[in-house]
Amino acid sequence: MWLYQFFYQPGEWARGIYQVMENWAVRIGMGIQWIQLIDMIIVAIILIAFIFLDVMFLTWLERKVAGHIQVRHGPMRTGPHGIIQPVADAIKLLFKEPMALPGVDNLIYLISPLMMFVGAMLIYIVIPFSPGWVVAPMDYGLLFAFAASGLSSFFVMAGGWSSNNKWSLLGGMRAAAMTLSYEVPLILAAIGVALVSGGLSLVGIVESQAGMWNIIRQPLAAVLFLVASLAEMNRGPFDLAEAEQELVAGYLTEYSGMRFAMYYLGEYTHLLAGAALFTTLFLGGWQGPLLPPILWFLIKIHVMVFVYMWIRWTYPRIRIDHLMAFNWKFVLPLALINLGVTGLVLVL
Amino acid sequence: MQTTHEMVVNLGPQHPSTHGVMKLEVVMDGEYIVDCKPVIGQLHRGMEKMAEGMLYGQFIPITDRLDYLSPACNNLSYCLAVEKLLGIEAPERGKYIRVIIAEMQRIANHLVALGSWGLDLGAWTILLYTFRDREMLLDLFEMFCGQRMTLNCFRVGGTTYDLPDGFVEKAREFLEVIPSRINDYEALLTKNPIWMTRLRDVGVVSAEDALAYGLTGPNLRASGVKWDLRKVYPYEVYDRMQFDVPVGSRGDCLDRYYVRIQEMRQSCRIVQQALDQLPPGDIMVDMPTIALPNKEEFPNNFPEVVRHFHLLVQGYAPPEGEVYLGYENPKGELGFYLVSDGSGYPYRLKIRSPSFINMQIFPKIMRGAMLADVIAILASFDPVLGEIDR
Repeated sequence: MWLYQFFYQPGEWARGIYQVMENWAVRIGMGIQWIQLIDMIIVAIILIAFIFLDVMFLTWLERKVAGHIQVRHGPMRTGPHGIIQPVADAIKLLFKEPMALPGVDNLIYLISPLMMFVGAMLIYIVIPFSPGWVVAPMDYGLLFAFAASGLSSFFVMAGGWSSNNKWSLLGGMRAAAMTLSYEVPLILAAIGVALVSGGLSLVGIVESQAGMWNIIRQPLAAVLFLVASLAEMNRGPFDLAEAEQELVAGYLTEYSGMRFAMYYLGEYTHLLAGAALFTTLFLGGWQGPLLPPILWFLIKIHVMVFVYMWIRWTYPRIRIDHLMAFNWKFVLPLALINLGVTGLVLVL
Repeated sequence: MQTTHEMVVNLGPQHPSTHGVMKLEVVMDGEYIVDCKPVIGQLHRGMEKMAEGMLYGQFIPITDRLDYLSPACNNLSYCLAVEKLLGIEAPERGKYIRVIIAEMQRIANHLVALGSWGLDLGAWTILLYTFRDREMLLDLFEMFCGQRMTLNCFRVGGTTYDLPDGFVEKAREFLEVIPSRINDYEALLTKNPIWMTRLRDVGVVSAEDALAYGLTGPNLRASGVKWDLRKVYPYEVYDRMQFDVPVGSRGDCLDRYYVRIQEMRQSCRIVQQALDQLPPGDIMVDMPTIALPNKEEFPNNFPEVVRHFHLLVQGYAPPEGEVYLGYENPKGELGFYLVSDGSGYPYRLKIRSPSFINMQIFPKIMRGAMLADVIAILASFDPVLGEIDR
């Protein structure tokens, strides 16, 4: 019964737990604001634990997907099918010496990896995982998600700038240029969805997709969003900021040890957040028959992550001026047309 | 007042995509290249000087280290030059075996070129695919001479070994598989708009420039000059083979890519024909002063033991004179200029290595390109640093 409620009525379940805690707090005479704070801390811990575990899983998944696409196995020695490879990686990175060149801008150099990770994590605050399971059901959730996502790209640039290395600088500048141009079609594509759903609230957007997902109502927007989000997340074929063969390691060149790991975690957190946003906007979020909503949501975001990986390991890297031309001459006009047509159809 | 200024970047020697220890001193204005200066010499081993202290036969393993991705072709070029100096020719079967191995080596070289090119442009997957197929070739080489990379498989006057049992069948198996694999690469790359836009009109070399800068091999043919030493001055048994010489028209990176893909297909044709025509007979020229004695028999045969010792210590002395011969290597014309003073050691050896000469044009075509293009152009010329620095 309890399990059934956990899976199929997660909103009631969460409210029930909160109610129990509140009653207990009232009984022992604790202020209601304190119990709310404890509640928030618990939720934050659960969310961060989920992100960390899933991101570790994603680093393993990336290796396996890349391996199998490239007719090899990927990690096989660490546990069955290399499943604990992320742990081995983490231990290795922990023992690495964090070095810095002389002349780095110390404060920015140190906080950039952390802030990038934080920026990527902020997106999860507005993502509805299941009915009633959203940290902050904001009315302007979509706007918040894009703001947080743009913030994390900013710290890629800051890290590249502060490293005092020419390759890092070039990588950071590329990241900034890409974010500036791809943020526009990304938001325009999402506004089409917002128009159809009648609000910027992500919960509202998911609820409006009962019966028909937005990928059918807004197919063009879905494709544009996919392309633009690849650029936003700095993933191949748009991984120009890192571009190993051109810029050595781009903005990451001078980072080592746990600082490097933070950037890496941030990148995968961003990837997972991008997949979650796409799922929320176009694939109906937690909507789906039979299976519990949370399972549907997890299945959908991991399918999306797989699609992102599939694209990365198939395509060559695009050149920066082609990237810009592709954005301003192709993606952006299409996004505008999509928005206009959507508006017209809604008005008529 | 703050102004923008040009940035000097050292692309290499520790850079992921300079194909070895090459350094390009690049002056950049933003993402654009203002000037580019190749700095070489970090892999210099003094091969030409080493040759002067070595018997003619002893230098063959050193040629493996020239272009380490096509050692059999290097062996062949050097052996042919010495044979010309000695005035001898390998027997028929030896010639066929040399052509078979050399053409397989050409396919292997182009596979690596294509794979590392894909890697340089961010298409990682193609690298693993080409290396999977190259593995079949390396297995064949291992079967033939026991080595996979530095083959050292040809001798002055013939080859070291005859083709082992089962080699022809395995080679035919490979020839059946490889055309479909090349189609796979084309499906991954030729039909990929990103790959095409990255290569089209990048690093354009006109036919005049190509000739003026002395480009050879696929890089010359991509500019539209139909010049293949296998056709122009047929050596070994190439005059009996039916094959086309693929040429490009625009001379950009895309043409260089097409030419290499087509050359792989043509090399398959040549190997096929050579396997069909393979005659029985000797693999080594029947001259006691040049060919080593049979290893199985000679321990019980004292005169042969003496001859073996003699050959290994004194070698053979070609008549006084000099010779320059260039042959079509996968990367271009690999030429050996040999001066003999009548002793067992060459008086002077000069190597005309294709990668070194092809690289001259870099500063000219890199100017005005973008940083990402530098990588694409560099990979499109398929340089090997072992050959550039010698």
